[in-house]
Amino acid sequence: MREIIMDHYSNPRHKHAPVGEGFVSTHSSSVNCIDDIDVFLKEEKGVVVDAVWTGVACAISTASTDILCDLLIGKKSDEALNIIAQYDHMIHEEPYDSSVLDEALAFMNTSKQAARIHCATIGWDAMQKLLEEKKS
Amino acid sequence: MVLSRRESKMIDTLKIKQEFPMFRNGIQMQKHPLVWLDNASTTFKPDCVLNAVSLYYTHETSNSHRGDYDLCFNIDQKILETRQTIAKFINCKPNEVVFTSGTTASINLVAFGYGVKFLKKGDEILLTQAEHASNVLPWFKVAEMTGAVIRYIPLDKDGRLTIENLKKTITAKTKLVAVAHITNVLGYIAPVKELAKVVHAYGAVLVLDGAQSVPHMKTDVADLDCDFLSFSGHKLCGPTGIGVLYGKYSLLAKMDPFMTGGGMNAKFDMCGDVGYLEPPLRFEAGTQNIEGIVGLKAAVDYIMGIGLDNINAYEEELKRYAVSELEKTNNVTIYNAKSEAGIVTFNIKNVFAQDAATYLNSQGIAVRSGQHCAKILIDYLGVVATVRASFYFYTTKDDIDALVRAVKNGGNYLDAYFN
Repeated sequence: MREIIMDHYSNPRHKHAPVGEGFVSTHSSSVNCIDDIDVFLKEEKGVVVDAVWTGVACAISTASTDILCDLLIGKKSDEALNIIAQYDHMIHEEPYDSSVLDEALAFMNTSKQAARIHCATIGWDAMQKLLEEKKS
Repeated sequence: MVLSRRESKMIDTLKIKQEFPMFRNGIQMQKHPLVWLDNASTTFKPDCVLNAVSLYYTHETSNSHRGDYDLCFNIDQKILETRQTIAKFINCKPNEVVFTSGTTASINLVAFGYGVKFLKKGDEILLTQAEHASNVLPWFKVAEMTGAVIRYIPLDKDGRLTIENLKKTITAKTKLVAVAHITNVLGYIAPVKELAKVVHAYGAVLVLDGAQSVPHMKTDVADLDCDFLSFSGHKLCGPTGIGVLYGKYSLLAKMDPFMTGGGMNAKFDMCGDVGYLEPPLRFEAGTQNIEGIVGLKAAVDYIMGIGLDNINAYEEELKRYAVSELEKTNNVTIYNAKSEAGIVTFNIKNVFAQDAATYLNSQGIAVRSGQHCAKILIDYLGVVATVRASFYFYTTKDDIDALVRAVKNGGNYLDAYFN
């Protein structure tokens, strides 16, 4: 799990400006830490076709946001929201469906470092907001 | 708790730690004994401060200047005694001591009560890039409201404010210079007495941010000749929510109140004619933070009992020790090795500051990561974020050793996440 986080931190796949048209985006930052990111989402016919992000972030927020992008691409909007909901349950030590989380399971211990919950969810909360806005 | 006595004779940390419940109670963090190295952020409170606060609620409760009975008279006396104690502490007159909620409120009071009233379009306010947000944003507001212009005195290559650079920057248009006596990220001591001479030669006022200096070194406002000085109680073992604005009486007398209300007016009528009280009461509208005021007195008495010169010398010793031990690990970049104050700003090599701070948390060590409320300094240091360890008179070399041990293993920072 450690390797998964270090891999996505040292070599994030989706950390770049969006390529092409049709993206929606939102900004997310915190008064309590340095994380300051923008996330970008593109959907076609109810399916996420691309998800990318840019900004300044620690290892935990970098890896968690990058893994999120991996998970969302190719998913239907509802599936994407379910993945985020299950992740949120995991982070807050509630029952969750581990089958949809894949590499995001690396963050299952986040609650032991309460100060890092924000890092592990900053990108996820932002993407959730974009998906919900698209839906409504 | 195992404590050793490796420090110099001037400060008895073993005895001192027993006077602080946060140490005596064996508080732990992440199942490790707490190592508190975030004193630039806030400090622990000794029994005498807690007792003073408690006594107010158990034996002395009353509002101030509101009644004709003994309890009220007694608390008014205590507030007056606190002003006298502060006056002795920083060498001013008791009526030059205004109680505020802290440094931020103090600086805002100068900004709005003095800056907005007296600055005009085209006037200059000088700051430095090392200032805390509390000593930047109020001046942005003054500039916005008056048309005054903000300019920055350049720092030297180490990040220090020098007389030469002030002389190069100050002009006939400069009306106000606002700088920290000790900067909160780098910990350099500004040459305030010399700065004041230059500032006054140009007819400007010197607003000194003492949040990081007053708790750690002797501050004599008469000798420094600063025009205003702000500091917070909670950074010198006092309660949160209480602080002080010192101002030269002649300047306070010209200032407008920032807040109006009860306790600061002499009389008013329905036509809107209001007579305000003289300073300092003019600036203390509403019921004051009385528990904070009595707690602040206890804290200042306690600090004076230990002695500011002892505290200052001891922290310099800790700083030298920390820099030397951290450098030996070969695993850190230190950004302020040369500065005087007990603040070490660093990064563990190849570890993002926040990840480092989480790792240190997992070892029971409290440090601060981030931009330390001095966001413009980042342009200067060339890093997005740093880790800051800051000391006080109760910090021991054992505390620093714990930090150094953890830093040696900093490469395994994700351990914090999996253990």
